[in-house]
This record gives sequence, structure tokens and C-alpha cells, in this order.
Amino acid sequence: MIWFWVLIAGVVTFLTRYSMITFINPKTLSKTSKEVLKYVPSAVFPAIIFPAIFLDQEGYFLNSNSPQIWGFLIAVIFGYVFNNIILTIVSGLVSFWIFTFLF
Amino acid sequence: MKKLQILKKGFLDVIPLTIPVIPFGIIYGVIAIEIGLSPLVAFCMSFIIFAGSSQIAFSQLLSAGASPLVMISSVAVINSRHFLYGAVLSRYLNKLNCYWKILLGYLMTDQAFSVSLSYFKKNYKKKNAHFHMLGSGFTLWFLWQLSTLAGIILGNIVPEQLGLTFAIPLTFLSLIISELRKKDHLIVIAVSGLASLALYDFPFKIYIIVSAFLALGVSYILITKFKNF
Repeated sequence: MIWFWVLIAGVVTFLTRYSMITFINPKTLSKTSKEVLKYVPSAVFPAIIFPAIFLDQEGYFLNSNSPQIWGFLIAVIFGYVFNNIILTIVSGLVSFWIFTFLF
Repeated sequence: MKKLQILKKGFLDVIPLTIPVIPFGIIYGVIAIEIGLSPLVAFCMSFIIFAGSSQIAFSQLLSAGASPLVMISSVAVINSRHFLYGAVLSRYLNKLNCYWKILLGYLMTDQAFSVSLSYFKKNYKKKNAHFHMLGSGFTLWFLWQLSTLAGIILGNIVPEQLGLTFAIPLTFLSLIISELRKKDHLIVIAVSGLASLALYDFPFKIYIIVSAFLALGVSYILITKFKNF
């Protein structure tokens, strides 16, 4: 069953890439929809980030001194200051390990 | 220019942009193994789906027991940015035959789009300009397969105690890190994040898709009602 859904996900992904090249006249995508599409990462990714940082497995809020909240904050600061993808991930992971060791 | 030269130019142009792709692929491979996917499924996803953030989101939702409908619609929303790329590229690609469109559609990524678009803008009169996107797209595809494979192998070695699933939210954070400097994006980010916390207990992990649409609704309002924001 998992293969079936992987395949469907692949087809859906392909269609998002292929459809605009072929089926639709580019002018039918209005200026407003183009503007909205630019917000897609900012609209989707926080919905994955926030629960993974602030909630535990059962959906309860984590204690404010949990290592992942602090690791996340460090990653935000490093990412904001240096504006670098890899540095964001690495700083978050390393500080997460340090805080896990300390607490 | 000959076809091969244009192909090579696409390959060379995209190389600088592949630097973050390699660790990203490794992270995906490690995460997929850590959350319990089989190495074969994890690897095949890299060429069936061939989209990093979708692959990570799909794997995570799968292991969290989300309903298939939520998994597929989340993948669709994450990838909807491709509509924008396709619409921009279509004026350069619409004269190609069906096979070329399928091939270049499959190879369309953020990186290939950005380097090949700037080539097309300067060289739209050249007959074989599309070979540039074949070069940039294939280079990225190949490196993605290679780096995810490395991650899958690594995922079988690194101990679970390292807590590498924490790399999932960090990876997604890194993808929007440059948006944190923009006020309008900050509002959209806050709406999506807070909505996801509020709706987390809803069945089938539907919070992802509902929060995303709420946040897109807010971005629509920001665009139409507050143009000078």
C-alpha cells in the first residue's frame, strides 16, 4: 500500500511541474495567484515546524526548558543573522545535543 | 552553440546551487531511515517524487499515521510553487514536443528553474536553448540520488540516540529562513504555526493542510487589501 501512495505522490508532484508548461496558457494564471504562490513555503512549513518543536508525542505543550525549544531558538537566531540554510540546520542540531547533555 | 556546449553550460551554471542540495539529500536519507522507512522505499521516493521537502513531509506524515489524503494533499500544496515556475517557463518551452516537456517537467526544481530561466531570458532566440535545462536539471537529479543514497547508508549507522528526527523541523525552518526578514511573511508564518498548534488534535493530522490554507488566505488578504504593506 505504501508503494501505491508513493506513486500517487510522485504523479501529483509531476503534474504540478508539468501542467503549466503544457495545458494552460500562462496568462490564465492571474497576477494575484502568482503572488499568493510565493507565500506557499511560509504558509506550509510552519505547520510542520511548530508542532514538532512545541508539542510532545501526545500533543501536549513541552516544558519551556526542553532542549528542542532551545535548539530551535538558536537555529532561528543563527539562521536570521547569517541567512544560511546549512548553518541553520547545523547550529540547531549541535545546540540541541549540547542542551540534551546539560539538562 | 552546439547542443553539447549548451548542455555543459547548464551543468556548470547549476553547480554552485547544488552545494546545499547535497547535505539536504543526506539529511533526507538519514531521517527516512530513522523514522522507519525501508531503505528501498526511501531511495525510490527520490526518483518517483524527486522533491526534497515533499519527501521529508511525506515520510514524516506516513510515520505519524496521517491519512493518505492528508499526505497527498500536503505534497500537492508544498509543490504548488511549481505552478509558478511552469507558468514562467512555458513561453520558452511550449514549442517543444511532448517528450521534451515531460522530461523537463520531471527535472524542474528550484535550482534548475532559476539558472535555466536566466539563460533562456538571454538566449531565447537560440534553437537548442532547452538543452541548458536538461543539463542543469539532470545534474541536480543525479546529485540528489547520490546524496540520498549516502544518507540512507549513513542512517543505518548513526545511533538513534542522536535524535536526528529533530532535523525535520530544522530543515523546514532553513527553507524559510530568508523570509523571516519580511514583515508580510512573518504574519503568514505566525498564522500557519499558531493554527497548527491549535488544530493539532484534529483527526488524520489534518492540521497541516488546514493551517496552510488559513495562512494562504491571510496572504491573499495581505496582497489584495494591503498592497503597500
